[in-house]
Amino acid sequence: MKAIQIDDRDNVATVTGAVAKGEAVEVLSPDGKVILKAKPLEDIAFGHKLSLRRIRKGEEIIKYGEVIGVASRAIPAGEWVHTHNVDSARLKTSGEEVRGVTV
Amino acid sequence: MTEFLGYERPDGSVGVRNYLLVIAPIDCSYEPARKIADQVPGAVAVTQTHGCGADSMLVHNLVGTALNPNVAGVLIVGLGCETLTGEMLMEQIEPSGKPVHNITIQELGGTLRTHEAGVRLLQEMAQDAAKLRREPFPVSKLTLAVECGGSDATSGLAANPAVGVAADTLIDEGGSVIFGETQEMSGTQHLLARRAVNDQVAKDVYTIIEAQEARLKAMGVDSRWMSKGNIDGGLTTIEEKSLGAVRKGGTKPVQGVLFNDWDRFGRPSGPGLYIMDGTGWDVPSVTHMVAAGAQVVCFTTGAGSTTGHAIAPVIKVTGNPQTYAKMTDNMDINAGTILDGSESLNSVGHRIFQMIVDTANGRLTKAEALGYHDYIVFRRSREAEHLLGHC
Repeated sequence: MKAIQIDDRDNVATVTGAVAKGEAVEVLSPDGKVILKAKPLEDIAFGHKLSLRRIRKGEEIIKYGEVIGVASRAIPAGEWVHTHNVDSARLKTSGEEVRGVTV
Repeated sequence: MTEFLGYERPDGSVGVRNYLLVIAPIDCSYEPARKIADQVPGAVAVTQTHGCGADSMLVHNLVGTALNPNVAGVLIVGLGCETLTGEMLMEQIEPSGKPVHNITIQELGGTLRTHEAGVRLLQEMAQDAAKLRREPFPVSKLTLAVECGGSDATSGLAANPAVGVAADTLIDEGGSVIFGETQEMSGTQHLLARRAVNDQVAKDVYTIIEAQEARLKAMGVDSRWMSKGNIDGGLTTIEEKSLGAVRKGGTKPVQGVLFNDWDRFGRPSGPGLYIMDGTGWDVPSVTHMVAAGAQVVCFTTGAGSTTGHAIAPVIKVTGNPQTYAKMTDNMDINAGTILDGSESLNSVGHRIFQMIVDTANGRLTKAEALGYHDYIVFRRSREAEHLLGHC
């Protein structure tokens, strides 16, 4: 089975088919290079994500080269990444977020 | 520097097609206008369906389409008593230096006389337009519009990121890219604002996305909400869901927000990536981006789409291999090769970029070769915008 890293900066990859627990998964970079061979400890459904490396609790989850959330607990490499171990990092108010922009 | 073969217009812009545009300023004259256009090769008729008014949002779209470099000449066919007159449109189209003519059915005395007058004017413009030769220009003269419709789980994984690679490549070569569908950006405002080239653009990003969230909220819809289907499909957060759509625009800095209201109709002011404040409704969204100057469109789909455009080639890209196999007469690019690992994301992206160049050179897209000329002008409800405090 394959998983795709969409952007070089991503620390998660998306599986392109259903993965059974313990099945070997080849993770491909945007250039098609195999960057990781993972054996997930649980089933992962099509379109779901696995971690490319160990991610600490509170660390940003990067997909599409952007922050899609924050790890709510430590995630070992090759693990299923979803709502059970990630929270949205979305900021709710507009004022503060604009200030971070560099001109 | 990659080059393409295009038609230079009097204002220095470069078209990839050589259409004659027949505009019915109101739907009352659309049927006669369409029959006039049918008589002459290369002519296509468009109208708007928002009634008899001179609403500036309609004018912006109709004038923008006429100003698009894919148009060689314009014929306006009015009924005669409409509020939005041909003169009002001509005044804004004439500075481009393109030939523009204006006739009305009431003045000429019926549709048969109008048909003859219209066809004679188009015939002459068609003869002259056919003399134009394609010449080489750098792809920095191109503006690409990107759109998605009929998305599925493969869209955010294959088609949108691959089109994003092509968008980034065009921008690296000095071209411009527009992406729209504001409601699909919900939850990414802080991320898009971070990519803005300055604070004003960052603020504009917040303004349009939050205004759209307010419109949807007024209809009882929370666009920041994740459905059970989204979560079961592997989308973990609203950021991830929206980024899957936004990624079709690539990863470059956001140069500006193209506003679309009664006072403003934004167009790219230079190279790079622009966000259009527009509808998520496919055909009007494409119509709007082409009116802002895009000569070529890339349209990603999962379940399948047939969309073409009156004057612009629309390249259909699907990340779903089944859709590509089932709808091969409508799909131009199979990005589904990313899923089985037989082709890398970047490789598909480069293939899409090459197809953009080939299409600009004159190769017909599947939608063009089947004669699909979709065109719908979108207009917001001024009453609703007023009640929401947006104008």
